[in-house]
Amino acid sequence: MTDTPKRDKIVVRNLYKVFGDRPQEGMRLVREGRDKDEIFAQTGQTVGVVDANFNIREGEIFVIMGLSGSGKSTMVRMFNRLYEPTSGSIEIDGEDITRLNDEGLRKLRRDTVSMVFQSFALMPHMKVIDNVAFGLELGGISREERHQRALHALEQVGLAANAESYPDELSGGMQQRVGLARALCADPPILLMDEAFSALDPLIRSEMQDELLMLQEEKQRTIIFISHDLDEAMRIGDRIAIMQGGVVVQVGTPDEILKNPANDYVRSFFRGVDVSKVLTARDIARRTQVTLIDKPEQGPRAAIRMLETHDREYGYVIGRNRRFLGVASLASLDEARKADAALEKALLPDCPTITPETHLGELMNVVATTPYAVPVVDEDGRYAGAVSRSALLQALDNVIGDEKPSGASTDAAPTEAREGV
Amino acid sequence: MNARFNPLQPFDTLQLPFNEWVRDFFNWISGARSFFRAIRQPVDWVLDSVEGILQALPPGLMIVVIALIAWQLVGPRLAIGSFLSLLFVGMIGAYPQTMTTLALVLTAVAFCAAIGIPLGILASRSDRFEQGLRPVLDTMQTTPAFVYLVPIVVLFGIGNVPGVIVTIIFAVAPLIRLTNLGIRQVPKDVIEAALAFGASPRQLLWRVQMPLATKTIMAGVNQSLMLALSMVVIASMISVGGLGQMVLRGIGRLDMGLAVIGGIGIVVLAIILDRMTQALAQSERERGGQRMLDRGPIGLMRRLAARGKGAEQASAAQPNTAPARSDAAA
Ligand SMILES: Nc1ncnc2c1ncn2[C@@H]1O[C@H](COP(=O)(O)OP(=O)(O)OP(=O)(O)O)[C@@H](O)[C@H]1O
Ligand SMILES: [Mg+2]
Repeated sequence: MTDTPKRDKIVVRNLYKVFGDRPQEGMRLVREGRDKDEIFAQTGQTVGVVDANFNIREGEIFVIMGLSGSGKSTMVRMFNRLYEPTSGSIEIDGEDITRLNDEGLRKLRRDTVSMVFQSFALMPHMKVIDNVAFGLELGGISREERHQRALHALEQVGLAANAESYPDELSGGMQQRVGLARALCADPPILLMDEAFSALDPLIRSEMQDELLMLQEEKQRTIIFISHDLDEAMRIGDRIAIMQGGVVVQVGTPDEILKNPANDYVRSFFRGVDVSKVLTARDIARRTQVTLIDKPEQGPRAAIRMLETHDREYGYVIGRNRRFLGVASLASLDEARKADAALEKALLPDCPTITPETHLGELMNVVATTPYAVPVVDEDGRYAGAVSRSALLQALDNVIGDEKPSGASTDAAPTEAREGV
Repeated sequence: MNARFNPLQPFDTLQLPFNEWVRDFFNWISGARSFFRAIRQPVDWVLDSVEGILQALPPGLMIVVIALIAWQLVGPRLAIGSFLSLLFVGMIGAYPQTMTTLALVLTAVAFCAAIGIPLGILASRSDRFEQGLRPVLDTMQTTPAFVYLVPIVVLFGIGNVPGVIVTIIFAVAPLIRLTNLGIRQVPKDVIEAALAFGASPRQLLWRVQMPLATKTIMAGVNQSLMLALSMVVIASMISVGGLGQMVLRGIGRLDMGLAVIGGIGIVVLAIILDRMTQALAQSERERGGQRMLDRGPIGLMRRLAARGKGAEQASAAQPNTAPARSDAAA
């Protein structure tokens, strides 16, 4: 998402939803700043969504997370107006869908926004192929054409062979593939997926996630995906929105939220997250190691003094333009000094390096078997810090939430001073 | 008021002329003759046509037709069973009465369906309508069948047509209830999915709710049918013809034979009609994926026709026009 800024597909502005027979009364209290429980106790109106403002970009997978009852389903159901917004606007491609009339709304649902349900919600009386073609049938497409397109959608999810089955003859995973095919059939640019994979067992679930990512690679749709499962959100989400009691408390990339949770609620979400799959070398690399600049006037002697002042065994040798050259130890530097050789001669052989994008899980081995902190080198060959065993252990141990993760960005500034000679 | 009020005998003085009020009410309401004639008319017309058809066929042919229908809808066993039992009913001398009763029941059920299913649909769509309807249905179902007879006679007179009308009133309630129930039982997520894919209210009803409610609605039809059969006997007291009349006369004359013959006819009809409506409630899937037209006598005929045609074409040596098989109905 960092490279080309994408167009906003859905723009949500001041969106509210109050359930009940007197929503306006609820609205008044919400605007006064009362909270959900108070409003319910006082008026019997249930607050679903409060003043939501965010944009969803074209082609991204936008995950909405939050505790049960935080308003996630309410939010996405307003995107196709299964629930009528109480106030505010939702623009899709610049058009405010809250103003659509019945006919316009049906057209939106048939052509633009389709939905995958947690409970699959297939029509039990229809064959798989008719289920998939259901949206087209409602739109009055001829039987022949809609079956052809439905078959194509079924091929995309690998179920063409089951076209003539009935839904209850399929396993849960297969049924949800049918649900996905049904949503893909009319080739809509927007998919709403309300805990679409939550009812599936873990293995099938990750299979379906892969499937979704593959489909997304073939053709970029805008997908709004509700999830309870942080790993799932991290895995497939380009950006995540976190909801709390109807309020969208934070929107951002998984990394941004992980590093800068807006409040304790958000932080508590990331408690127990499997950091080895989420954090990368970039996140835990520290610049606390002594760096030795390789220039003519700086020989092994000066380097040894540097290391001794900082009480370090190893130095990280950097050349012009911060290019990483290698690691030198006190012992190798001493040898080079005796031989009166240049700094380069003191570099240790077979020095491993890792890229900033390496996940913690993948770098455990190399960090564990290397006697010194493993240098992190970016694709331009520049030094980006080092991962020590203690930093890795701390990160893995750090059940995030009690303190900020030791992000590189915050640590970098003070340690910069120690670098260079 | 010279009689003194005695609290121990309050009913000596406290009396309501309720009986007269009811009588006056019915006298007044039966003044609207044209209204009741308008109600009679369609019932009269349908009953005449149905009975005409049933009586027009010679009994031998009629029994075979019923057996074929049984075969088509249910299977060969019911076909043989209904053939033999109708034969027996005819041999004990109850054939014409059986046809009369069949006509009465079919007419009543047709009207029950025409009235009950739409009302059930309405009730399923509006909670308020359902709430208003419920006490009416409760009353209709709990009022003893005999009680219906008097006002019906006052308003419509006696004979087969008032008999059908009273049967409709008696038998329609479960169909309304079950239609309402069947539609309301359609899972919420399926409805939501249909709406999410752009179903209009009408599409929702006809492509999702009604197909999924079919089983329950057909159970309602079945109930109506059974109630209609039992009512037709009671309605013989307002001189409705048919098997009920035989039973009633048998009781009146203490003629056991006559009563039992009428009873057998009713039981035979009940079993055949019950099986047929239950089979109608089955979906194509439950019948093993066979479509109605591919099975039973019709399927047999179609297969024979297709083979004949195939043979013709083979002899004409035109391989490019394949025999039109079951896909003709697609
Ligand atoms: N149809 C409805 N009528 C009344 N209240 C509703 C309705 N749907 C949701 N609510 C209320 O709105 C609030 C948000 O519910 P919502 O279903 O959006 O939560 P959710 O985040 O999707 O939860 P879950 O994770 O359990 O699915 C809840 O308090 C709920 O009771
Ligand atoms: Mg939900």
